Amino acid sequence: MNAADLFGVVAALLVGIGLYGLIVNPQPLRKILSFNVIGNGVFLLFGAIAYRGAAFGLGSDPVPQALLITGLVVAFSATALAVALLLRLFEATGSDTLSSEPPAANPSAAGEQ
Amino acid sequence: MPPVPEQAVTSAGGLLLVIAVLLPFVGVLIGIALRGVHARRVALCTLPLGLAIAIAIAVTVLQSGAQLTYLLGGWAPPLGVALRADMAAVVMLVVVAVVVCGIGIYACDDFNPARESPGPRASSTFWLLLLAVWGSLNLVFVSGDLFTLYVALELLTFAGVPLVCLDGRGDTLRAALRYLLFALLGSLLYLLGAVLLYGAYGTLDIALLRAASVPEPVTWAALALATTGLLAKTALFPLHIWLPPAHAGAPAAASAVLSALVIKGSWFLLIRLWFDALPGVVTFSAAQVLGALGAIAIVVGSVVALRQARLKLLVAYSTVAQIGYLFLMFPLAFDAGSNMLVHDAALTGGILQGISHATAKASMFMAAGLISAALGHDRIADLAGVARAMPITVLTFAVAGIALMGIVPSGAYLAKKLLLESAADSGQWWWTLVLQGGAAFTAGYVVLVLVNVLRRPGGAHPVIKRVPAVSEYAALALAVCSLLLALAALGPLPAHLISNPLAAGELLATLLVLLGGVLLAQGLSLHPLFAAAPAATMPASGLLRRSAGATGVMFARIDLLARGWTVACISLLVVALLFGGLLFFGARG
Repeated sequence: MNAADLFGVVAALLVGIGLYGLIVNPQPLRKILSFNVIGNGVFLLFGAIAYRGAAFGLGSDPVPQALLITGLVVAFSATALAVALLLRLFEATGSDTLSSEPPAANPSAAGEQ
Repeated sequence: MPPVPEQAVTSAGGLLLVIAVLLPFVGVLIGIALRGVHARRVALCTLPLGLAIAIAIAVTVLQSGAQLTYLLGGWAPPLGVALRADMAAVVMLVVVAVVVCGIGIYACDDFNPARESPGPRASSTFWLLLLAVWGSLNLVFVSGDLFTLYVALELLTFAGVPLVCLDGRGDTLRAALRYLLFALLGSLLYLLGAVLLYGAYGTLDIALLRAASVPEPVTWAALALATTGLLAKTALFPLHIWLPPAHAGAPAAASAVLSALVIKGSWFLLIRLWFDALPGVVTFSAAQVLGALGAIAIVVGSVVALRQARLKLLVAYSTVAQIGYLFLMFPLAFDAGSNMLVHDAALTGGILQGISHATAKASMFMAAGLISAALGHDRIADLAGVARAMPITVLTFAVAGIALMGIVPSGAYLAKKLLLESAADSGQWWWTLVLQGGAAFTAGYVVLVLVNVLRRPGGAHPVIKRVPAVSEYAALALAVCSLLLALAALGPLPAHLISNPLAAGELLATLLVLLGGVLLAQGLSLHPLFAAAPAATMPASGLLRRSAGATGVMFARIDLLARGWTVACISLLVVALLFGGLLFFGARG
């Protein structure tokens, strides 16, 4: 197994761990962190692909690096927006749960409102 | 290295594409620089300019007859990034410009910083976000490369999410956060697909990918992941977890932006991916499943819409159903001879459906918002007397409903004809059933609302607050647009398709659709359709109505279950695996 393959496998593991965390953790903050773990997996995979391109004697493949930086900025902004929303949610309701739907959205009881 | 296509030079007028993308964002920056107070003025100045540029692009493309290309920095793909506008992109650019202008006029009064109710901060935020959504959508339409499309899609999400929680209440904040988290999961899956494609072919340019891509495991995986991610962002059932609370909780103008425009971004990107980037990788069975998900969305979304007690939730669920409609073109555009997706009448029909929906749904949300603002509530059972007090708004709702149903005078009628013709040509008769049945479902909830607003008030007349006339007319104008725009977009009518729209056969089909709608509304709605006065707790009478009611409750349960976080995430993975498997086995078989 060469280095690029190893990075690829680690990237797949990160995506898997992140997905698991995103699905099973009820707390929004942990969901946001899981999102970042998945993102890191994807970025690592992109890095491995750039490295593999380099191994073919192309020098180093600069395109994935340029795209990676953009991707990191996007992921950072997404995290910032999500955390800001979470803080506002906590200020407004005093809780950070995502699960409780407003009662009007409950379809079987909606007629009796 | 694949050969560079001939269009890899900047065409005359290509700079217009850059301006179309940059102008709304320049508006956002000026709005922020002026500390938000003048955001409304800046936005209202930007709207006509952007519309003019969209029209200029359309004129340029129509005159030259070729697509418009702009190479950023003069670098040709695969090293550089190209912006391209083909006919589909031009149509979407113009329609979005028209809808944004309509929403802008409608929201003039709602989001006036001088007014008390939403507050100056929410008002200026709305105008900045409207411009940001517009700029991001323009970028989605003209991008020629999958990574730029990813950035555009994320910008669209970042602009769309805060629109949900403009009022800052707890439940809308919760809806916004759910929307954001699920959309981020979707965009990561899309990015993963794009990364895999880069790893396999060394380019993300759509035209180059089309030439280079071959059906092989990495391409199947990439297509399955990217498709699933985009479906999550488009909110196709069963991935519609975020849509109903987000669209129903937002202010009417914001709901119109979200429902008419924002979901079209990821939908259009899916068209780019399936039709332009990887048409030869798609298999018959994968296209069938995409259409089948659409059909399920139509049934579940419509039935749940009929079960709603509140008008805005009804319109939000009708969006869930209408999104299903937008996916029916994928199986119909599959050409069995060449074994790939082709640009044909089905794609034209699908895009017509998309633009009819964009205009009609925007005006429907506006009408619902006006009714809700005038009455102070939007309970469907208590809408009696609204038709007399607000005739223009009710007319708007009816016209938008006709446009969504696709009956005779509307552009969606043409779209439906094109799709029906493709279904007949390719021998896929089952989509004919879905297309006609879907129209009956749409008729169901339009009739349900219209019957309620036309009813005479039983006791005292409802207290109606005055709503600004300009908002009413803006909504009506958009509804009329949805009747006319599709015709304009299609150009000269294909004569073989419609010889006489008022022929007996056509009228009979329309009548059947309406009748089906009345029956569905009568059977499935919470209150009997033609009861003199809706009682608060009417016991279900009659075996038929009881069983229909049980069906309705069952669908509502399915919807509630599908919208749980865990179930939705697992559905997401199942859909990805399903597409992966179908592409894999479809290509071998």
